[in-house]
Amino acid sequence: MVQSYVPLSYYLLLSGFLFACGVVGFLIKRNIITIFMSIELMLNGVNLSFVAFAAHWHALAGQVFVFFVMVVAAAEAAVGLAIIIAVYRTRETLNVDQVNLLKL
Amino acid sequence: MNSSLNLWLIPILPLAGAAINGFLGKKSSRQAVTTVALFFSGAAFAMALWVALRFSSLTLPYHEYLAHWIRSGSFSADFAFYLDQLSLVMLLVVTGVGFLIHIYSVGYMWDDPSYYRFFSYLNLFMFFMLTLVLANNYLVMFIGWEGVGLASYLLIGFWFTKDSAASAGKKAFIVNRIGDFGFLIALFLLIRHFGSLTFDQVFQSITPMSPETAGTGLLTAIGILLMVGACGKSAQIPLYIWLPDAMEGPTPVSALIHAATMVTAGVYMVARSHVIFERAPTALTVVAIIGTLTAFFAATIGIAQTDIKKVLAYSTVSQLGYMFVACGVGAFSAGIFHLMTHAFFKGLLFLAAGSVIHAVGGEQDMRKMGGLKSFIPWTFLTMGIATLAIAGIPPLAGFWSKDEILWKAYQVSWVYWLIGLITAFITSFYMFRLLYMTFFGDYHGVQVDTHGHGHDAHGHGEPHESPRVMLVPLMILAALSLVGGLVGIGDRFEHFLAPVFGATDAVEGASHGTEVLLMGVSVAVALSGWWLAYLLYYKRPELPQKIADALGGFYQTVVHKYYVDEIYAAVFVKPLIDGSTRILWQDVDRKIIDAAVNDAGDGARHVSDEARHMQSGNIRSYAGWIAAGSAVVIAFMIWMGVR
Repeated sequence: MVQSYVPLSYYLLLSGFLFACGVVGFLIKRNIITIFMSIELMLNGVNLSFVAFAAHWHALAGQVFVFFVMVVAAAEAAVGLAIIIAVYRTRETLNVDQVNLLKL
Repeated sequence: MNSSLNLWLIPILPLAGAAINGFLGKKSSRQAVTTVALFFSGAAFAMALWVALRFSSLTLPYHEYLAHWIRSGSFSADFAFYLDQLSLVMLLVVTGVGFLIHIYSVGYMWDDPSYYRFFSYLNLFMFFMLTLVLANNYLVMFIGWEGVGLASYLLIGFWFTKDSAASAGKKAFIVNRIGDFGFLIALFLLIRHFGSLTFDQVFQSITPMSPETAGTGLLTAIGILLMVGACGKSAQIPLYIWLPDAMEGPTPVSALIHAATMVTAGVYMVARSHVIFERAPTALTVVAIIGTLTAFFAATIGIAQTDIKKVLAYSTVSQLGYMFVACGVGAFSAGIFHLMTHAFFKGLLFLAAGSVIHAVGGEQDMRKMGGLKSFIPWTFLTMGIATLAIAGIPPLAGFWSKDEILWKAYQVSWVYWLIGLITAFITSFYMFRLLYMTFFGDYHGVQVDTHGHGHDAHGHGEPHESPRVMLVPLMILAALSLVGGLVGIGDRFEHFLAPVFGATDAVEGASHGTEVLLMGVSVAVALSGWWLAYLLYYKRPELPQKIADALGGFYQTVVHKYYVDEIYAAVFVKPLIDGSTRILWQDVDRKIIDAAVNDAGDGARHVSDEARHMQSGNIRSYAGWIAAGSAVVIAFMIWMGVR
């Protein structure tokens, strides 16, 4: 029986904090790279709560979900970074406010 | 023994004629239209005659069930016909006079571009009138009742491009609606309290009631409401105002609908409901008073009219008043008798007036006629007979029926009799006034050369006699006006109708002398009316103007029909129009209903105008909304959890 020395709420608070950081960063930052990182931050905040619950309830499903999320995040990073490079090559900028037309 | 009479054919035949002419008439020749119209109305008349011939071998009343119409719980109303002595009289009058007027119309309407439409309407009228007369319950009667109203509307407004004709049609229709409202409520009361509208069933449940107990309300209410309906249809005070205006229609229409048949539907309905009225003395009194007042009032207006058809219109109103007096004093058979003779002589008067109007090229003002008797001798002869008949000169038709009514009225109250007698005097006066102004003296019309200036639409030169197709119906009706009253001698007509109205109380022999005396008085009155008209309009034609000047304001009041139309306009029409304009239109409609719709539209636009800003196309603002939304949801969940 694994004894959890850190209470669950601590993990959740940290998870929520990370997620909130991600949201705020996503909303206020203009640089696409930063926004991208904010999304990763949100994903990881959620991952943290998954593993915390998984450990707390001794259920493996949460950890499996985390793997899924990480796979998706990796795929997203690959596609996203490719798009960012494509955008930068055409626009010479990474400011999202200047990339608001749905054409390259 | 009661093999089917196929009564349903009688109304259906004119309907078929109306349909054929209405749908195909436009492209057919006038001859074809004429054939169809005359064939179907004539066939209805032939059917009616055939029924009359077999009448004595029938068990009466004869019922004919066609189809069931409304079945709701214990209530039922069927398409079914009913024939008894009363319906038979009406049947013969409607089909007979109707057929004659159809023939006459062929000549009168020949030049009208809407020839086919006229006959289609006329046949349609016959269909509804026969439905009304043959109905075996109040609901089928009501179909006919409304249908003749429709036909009347269509025919009054036949020349609808003329403004006055169109509005006269509307007036007739609307005034009749007021009456129909009363009729309908009476029907609802009958359904509510007797659970049926079939004549037999209603009368069976009413018959055991005695006048004393029934007089306390229900039957009185039903009677008065039925009378309201009759007032509308039969042009009695206070709803008579539409009939004089109805003269805008073609003259054969005035003869058929607004003199001989439709306007008598109210009398027929009251007579048909005699079981109700006999047990509601108050309602009967109302009928008698309305009849008396209308007879007198309309007759006085008739004195001062100068339009030949208007005189006849007021005369019709007045004569209908007589019929209601008869019903009101319980002498229903006398009322129906007068209805029949009136159909003959008033139909004839109108047709003859039409012939006069035809002769002088559309002129209706009697002041522009005069001296016509040498131009149109046949019209003069027949119109003279009709005038003698309506004035009550024996032995013509009007004498017998009018005298019968006066005699019955006298037995109830001398007041009815006296007013009736005065009315008879006035009637005789204005009818002979019409005759003298039209046919005697010098011709005052426009003197036109055959090809000169002043040609009217008909292209007339001198006044000329009408074609034979118009004269033959005149002569037949004249013959009927001459001898039609003879069926009433020795109470034969009354005995014929006795199975319907019940045996009348035997008149005691002592009063026979009184009857003869009263007869003498009414003949004297009729003759003095004639003499007065002779004096004023033949001997001393300058006198009427002097008398009119002497009377001054009163004369003007009479000329303007006592300003009844103006009073109605001020009391009912104007407040209604003002109320609808100011309150219903400008306030309710524009400020409430329209405003609600417009504001709803405006509101939706404003809200969406604001909401539009949420969808800016900016991804991060979407994300912000998502975040805000989830924050709200989470806050709510937490709050719920805390609670």
